[in-house]
Amino acid sequence: MEAFFEWFRVLYDTTGINLPFLYDSYDRGRMLDGFLTTVQLSVICLFFSVIIGIIGAWLQGSAFTWTRRIVNGYIQLFRNTPPLVQLYFFYFAIGTLLPKVETDWGGQAPMLGSFAWAVISLSFFAGAFNVEIFRSGIEAVPKSTVEAAEALGFTRLQIYMDITLPLAFRVCLPALNNNLVNLVKTTTLAYAIAVPEMLYEANQIWSDNVNVTEMMIFLLIAYFVLVGILVWAMNSWERKLKIPGYG
Amino acid sequence: MKFKSLIGAIAVSAVALASGSALAGAIEDIKAAGVLKVGVKADYKPYGYRDPSGSIVGIEPDLAKDVADKLGVKVEYVPVVSSNRMQFLEQGKIDLMIATMTDNEERRKVVNIVDPNYYSSGTNVLAPKKAELKEWTDLEGKPVCGIQGAFYNKKTGQEFGAEIVAFKGTAEAYAALKQGSCVAFVYDDSAIVAKTNDPEFSDFEMPLKTIDDAPWGLAVKLGEDDFKAFMSDMIKEWHKSGRILELETKWGVENTPFAKAMNEKYQ
Repeated sequence: MEAFFEWFRVLYDTTGINLPFLYDSYDRGRMLDGFLTTVQLSVICLFFSVIIGIIGAWLQGSAFTWTRRIVNGYIQLFRNTPPLVQLYFFYFAIGTLLPKVETDWGGQAPMLGSFAWAVISLSFFAGAFNVEIFRSGIEAVPKSTVEAAEALGFTRLQIYMDITLPLAFRVCLPALNNNLVNLVKTTTLAYAIAVPEMLYEANQIWSDNVNVTEMMIFLLIAYFVLVGILVWAMNSWERKLKIPGYG
Repeated sequence: MKFKSLIGAIAVSAVALASGSALAGAIEDIKAAGVLKVGVKADYKPYGYRDPSGSIVGIEPDLAKDVADKLGVKVEYVPVVSSNRMQFLEQGKIDLMIATMTDNEERRKVVNIVDPNYYSSGTNVLAPKKAELKEWTDLEGKPVCGIQGAFYNKKTGQEFGAEIVAFKGTAEAYAALKQGSCVAFVYDDSAIVAKTNDPEFSDFEMPLKTIDDAPWGLAVKLGEDDFKAFMSDMIKEWHKSGRILELETKWGVENTPFAKAMNEKYQ
């Protein structure tokens, strides 16, 4: 394995193509950590944003005016502000207001770190879009289907979980795919608050080695592959969920 | 009418750009343009920062002004940060870079660093007094703020085991340090000394021994050797006349050993 990595050092010496994240063990470690952080951040945010979307869309159909207003307010707030501004706002404005906790190095640090804030901010950001996406799916479910369920004595939650959502889900999957792909790409913004994800680590490496071109090409390919995997998984899921004669 | 003249202006300037860079040298280009674009820091007090009115001032902008005066052109300051300064120069967004850049071999491959070096500084940390840091190894396993693009991030992480938390600019790093997200901020000692004089940072100190005292290089684009020779004479002149020492005093920095030594060397 080491010989394989050493080959890239030779490649640099002979052709000038500098890929230190392969031949330098320290840079390799950072790049791998960055990749794993990106995957971790993406998966956690994907999960929470979908949950937020499902709950939000359900609350939007609530009988209480104020519940609907609060959900709409949340959507407007998060959909109409740039995600980078939200990240800065959470990390630097809200973060400093939180109670401080004792750290293991004897200092006082804010309760939530940059990774936690990135998860919160990006989940809510993508979640706001997901609420609207799920709503579009819910509205596509025929009223008569819901009425039939009501006639059979289903409660509101039962109708939502067993009738509306499964049908709505199939309708809104393409739009959901789009938003989730966007979410994975938006995780790169977390580098502004020093979350050590892939772009952040690549930036460190190109600063040390002045190999901007190589790192840019690598980043582009890495994200292409990462998002490609997500799209492939979502597409095959979409095919599995397909009901003959519906949607 | 307006649209047509705009197109005309673009065409003319495009032709001027194409012919200008192909035929004349860098100095002639700058003189023809009537303006010298210099990349300087805008967040690095007192070497280059924004005064309350928003204009960029400091030791390096003053040096840049000297160059423009010598060329007989106006000066335009372009704020740069560590992670983009060399790219700005490569892409021709600036003619000259005086941006607290440490001179090293890797960088000399990308930009034309002018000899002799005009300044020097080392690496140290700014830390709260109650953190009681004594040695560099005290940073092991602790989060340490830094600036994206600084060369000592890697060293601090690799040799002393610190977990580097690097931000885009100094303002974010100082904010993170103050809110306790990191135990220290690793940065150039020259800037830290200035920061410890800031009343807002009275609880902070520069507790460690400065390491890696390294010279700073100002740079021009690769290939512009006539401009490089011109800048080289300029730097020698600064050292000889004591201009650097004078600017240090003007901006409230104690005279550094490097500046004093260079002043003596060129007498």
